[in-house]
Amino acid sequence: MQTTRRELLTCAAAWAGAGVVWTVSSGILSSRALASSAGAAKIRRASSPGDLHFVQISDTHIGFDKEANPDPVATAREAVAKINALDVEPAFLLHTGDLTHAQKPGAFDVVSGLLQEARAGAVFTVPGEHDVFVDGGKEYLARFGTGTLGSGWRSFDHSGVHFIGLVNVVDFKSAKVGALGDEQLAWLQRDLAGRSASTPIVVFVHIPLWAVYPEWGWATTDGEQALGPLRRFGSVTVLNGHIHQVLQKVEGSVTFHTAMSTAYPQPAPGTATGPGPLAVPAEHLRSYLGLREVIWRGTSGALAVVDSRLA
Amino acid sequence: MGHGRWQDEVGRQRRRRWGSGALWGLLVLAVRASAAGETGAQIEIRNFQFVPATVEVRAGETITWVNDDEEIHSILSGEGLFTSPGLDGEQRFSYRFEKPGTYEYRCALHPQMKGVVVVR
Repeated sequence: MQTTRRELLTCAAAWAGAGVVWTVSSGILSSRALASSAGAAKIRRASSPGDLHFVQISDTHIGFDKEANPDPVATAREAVAKINALDVEPAFLLHTGDLTHAQKPGAFDVVSGLLQEARAGAVFTVPGEHDVFVDGGKEYLARFGTGTLGSGWRSFDHSGVHFIGLVNVVDFKSAKVGALGDEQLAWLQRDLAGRSASTPIVVFVHIPLWAVYPEWGWATTDGEQALGPLRRFGSVTVLNGHIHQVLQKVEGSVTFHTAMSTAYPQPAPGTATGPGPLAVPAEHLRSYLGLREVIWRGTSGALAVVDSRLA
Repeated sequence: MGHGRWQDEVGRQRRRRWGSGALWGLLVLAVRASAAGETGAQIEIRNFQFVPATVEVRAGETITWVNDDEEIHSILSGEGLFTSPGLDGEQRFSYRFEKPGTYEYRCALHPQMKGVVVVR
């Protein structure tokens, strides 16, 4: 069955009833707020050949054990259970970094096991600063670096969409958390060269490429240098983590989506004296945590980004 | 289960640290020093800030950083003189400043967190 944008918007209206606000910009259909997964299921059921469905989780912070969430393994496992309960197996799972909490001993073992439990065609990751803090990324690359370049960046194609995983956390010892670096930027230029502007692009990265709140380190200092060569493309979707909450920004053909954590929330930008784990009543914690589904309509070029809470 | 494995391991690491004579020695020294009013400046890490952000000490004095946040932080000298491990909540790190000068430092995980030690 082929689904038109009108039908998608009908689905979107259903989602709006569940608390979703939709925007259409530059041919990109995307959610701005949180949804129940029921609407996503409706869109998935209406899928047609050539469509692509994948999931994103972020900031599992395995090893964290403080008040904001004494058991992030349990909540990460709940996110995996939601993936495994989907009626369609996702083509792949993206993890956008901070798999571990500062590489606590044994944490990489735990998160590797969790990712293996996920029912998805493949798993792709990018590191967060917590994953490279102790050893500059050696263990991360040994476990997740297969098929990547440099400090773990990569690109691949799936269903006509070009995916680019970037690393903006590795040069932290030179105060370059939130930087891509010249070598990676040069690689990105080469990777994009010669591609048709009609190729849909999805970038996944840990720290936001746009300046969400630089005072809290929620920015990539050379992000604009990465966005420059991306702007000629008609559809660019940037998925990131790091700030543990859903925010969205649209700049022409580029749409930015930050994701929830599966571990603990952080304050909205500027609403506290600093970033960091935000303790909420235990019974409300799961309403701050969640995962994301992305459904790409190959036929219409529409993209749905659906953020779902754990509870 | 993996969950138990890493928590047990974290617990073991903590007990090892707290049980180490070296750390207890440092704590005792810090307490003695502050009791005598001689030295032992302490910098708290609170709400993603070093408090106070600027500290002045005499050459030969030791500064101790204490992490009061739930988030992990670290102390990284701008000149590469000293690097702490990741400090979890309530953990501390000390460094003795031998020579006069101005020493800038920051948190390696959160580079927006900066501080200065002025040694006279």
